[in-house]
Amino acid sequence: MSATDTAPAPAFEEILVTTRRSVTAPVRIYEPTSAQGADRSTAATVLALHGAGGWMPAEPVLDGLVEAGFRIVAPVWPAWSEHTDESRLSEMLDFALHGWDVATEMGLVGGGLHLVGHSMGGMIAAEMAALAPQSVGRMALMCPAGMWLADHPIPDIFAMLPYQLAEVLFADPNVGEEVLTGGADFSDNATLTRFMVARARQQGMAGKILFPIPNRRFSERAYRVTVPTLLVWGRQDRLIPPAYSDAWQAALPDASVRLVDGAGHMLPYEQPAAVVDAITAHLHR
Amino acid sequence: MTVKFCWFNLMPWPDLPDDFKTEHRSVWVDIDSSLFDPERANGVYHEYMDQLEFADELGFDGIGVNEHHQNGYGIMPSPNIIAAGLARRTSQAAICVIGNSIALYNPAHRVAEEFAMLDCISGGRLVAGFPVGTPMDTNFTYGQIPALTREKYLEAHDLIMEAWTNPDVFAFDGKYNQLRYVNCWPKPIQKPHPPIYIPGGGSIETWDFCLERDYNYSYLSFNGYLAGQTLMDGYWNRVAEMDKSETPGRAGFAQIICTAATDEEAEELYSEHMLYFFNRCLHVFPGFADPPGYRTVKTIQAGKLDQFRKENQALFKRLTWKDLVEGGYVIAGSPDTVRERMEDMIKRLRVGTVFCLLHMGNMPDWKTRYSSQLFAEKVMPGLRGIWGDEFSDAEDWWCRPMAERVRPEATIAEARRYPEMPNGPAA
Repeated sequence: MSATDTAPAPAFEEILVTTRRSVTAPVRIYEPTSAQGADRSTAATVLALHGAGGWMPAEPVLDGLVEAGFRIVAPVWPAWSEHTDESRLSEMLDFALHGWDVATEMGLVGGGLHLVGHSMGGMIAAEMAALAPQSVGRMALMCPAGMWLADHPIPDIFAMLPYQLAEVLFADPNVGEEVLTGGADFSDNATLTRFMVARARQQGMAGKILFPIPNRRFSERAYRVTVPTLLVWGRQDRLIPPAYSDAWQAALPDASVRLVDGAGHMLPYEQPAAVVDAITAHLHR
Repeated sequence: MTVKFCWFNLMPWPDLPDDFKTEHRSVWVDIDSSLFDPERANGVYHEYMDQLEFADELGFDGIGVNEHHQNGYGIMPSPNIIAAGLARRTSQAAICVIGNSIALYNPAHRVAEEFAMLDCISGGRLVAGFPVGTPMDTNFTYGQIPALTREKYLEAHDLIMEAWTNPDVFAFDGKYNQLRYVNCWPKPIQKPHPPIYIPGGGSIETWDFCLERDYNYSYLSFNGYLAGQTLMDGYWNRVAEMDKSETPGRAGFAQIICTAATDEEAEELYSEHMLYFFNRCLHVFPGFADPPGYRTVKTIQAGKLDQFRKENQALFKRLTWKDLVEGGYVIAGSPDTVRERMEDMIKRLRVGTVFCLLHMGNMPDWKTRYSSQLFAEKVMPGLRGIWGDEFSDAEDWWCRPMAERVRPEATIAEARRYPEMPNGPAA
């Protein structure tokens, strides 16, 4: 997909990738520009995995990491595009292997690939690292899903009405409302149908690893994740509260935590500058 | 073929408070457990089972039960327990278990076994329902993953049908059920298997599933026959497209019915109980109605979005008795009125089986029996022959009981006398 003259040029090139499992989905590639001082051939590559909301129209954290000199490969997860191969992926292992399958097609395996993921994407990244820690350089997880603490039950997003989401996802729900709806008019039948179909496919797919309890026993495999891992968490995260950062830190052999003020679960969209600083510092270490 | 009438009891909890709709979030899934009183339930269960047995005496063709979980209008998580009780106390009516949510059983072979037991105990009176299950039951209560529910359902179906029909021990290597030795013991009396009813709520994939296998499709909705017509028309169009026989036995419909001496008496007797049902029992938190992935893209694109519109969320709150009757939610009135509207319903929807919801909400026992008896004696006989001789009884999708079956309700006293013991009959 190429940029048009009228829209702002996207910072990425999008290509279609078909894995050896025969799953076809787009992959976005962000190349660091030479003006920013990075040499493309030597730039470290980050595999970035989106949360259950998919990639947003603006991805300030990815933009920031590109500016910091990283090359970013950002798969669009099956079901988050018009390509409909998502039925080939049923469970956690399929999801993690799909991440590696995409990395394989992109020639990224074996070179210390960094993993960055948000929420569901963090859960997948962590599982990828547990499967093949030797193929991972460093990892940064933004409020990953994947654990369950009985004392801190995670609100059930699958039973929420659209208007209830902003309250649990954003530190400031008013900001969230704007980000989530994008001004769509749901009184229009075609718009509503499109929204419902996208929701059924995308959140239905997310449900394969998040429903009814977002825990597929990663903690039993966490010991394998020997790569240095940064956990970035919004202090006002009301979906997966910061108490989970302690559990992740305790489970992972080499993890540190950075809490960010003024951010909820959607912290990469709420406090991107702080997130970029923290991740950049971690990956450059 | 004759039209079959199945007396159905949802088994609602009768004591939901007046302020239930404003003070409670949902009648289903996370309903307040303090509203349930186990000692009260002792009487409630027996009253409902007595009514089902009474329906058998009244000559209904079937008596029906279903499965719901964590539900204030259906305290029957295991319909098979109720059905077993009914099979022991009746010997005429079909035992319609509509049905077992087969995606919930692990392994699903359990359903093959329990239904086979019911068919044997009842002498071949089982009508076997296989619902996909509502999201409230299947996903939110029983934790099944919405996007995988349908696939799991289909696998469960294949396992159960093979368990009933394959005479050999076989291995079943499913994604959700892995069994090295499947050997359903007992097997059902009815061959090759009991009639299969697929209760649907409006998923269009279900139509093809039924038609490909010649199962009955029953539309179970509380919105009545006028609202149900669009969907049933879609079903019959699909029957024609697939070049299947148009026998009404292919289709069933659930209808709320209130019979009284006069139309006025019907309102006087039943109005409050219908409003209890619509205003309290159907107060389901809408977030539980459609977990993403449960409905297929095809069904969503077919435009079944009405239930998600904000303006429809409050629909039942505004309904009055007049709305319920005129809108066809409830068929109510004198026997003549009820017969006339039932005939309209049966012909419009082209159904061979009617699930008669004659107990609703918090109806007291006597009103339930009064309405049921009037219906059985003054309405039902005039409706049975609606379809005439055009279709044979073989096309009625109904059970085929043994002729010489045990009649436990008649023989139980004798059985207790132990006549063959050496010391002779007990006192």
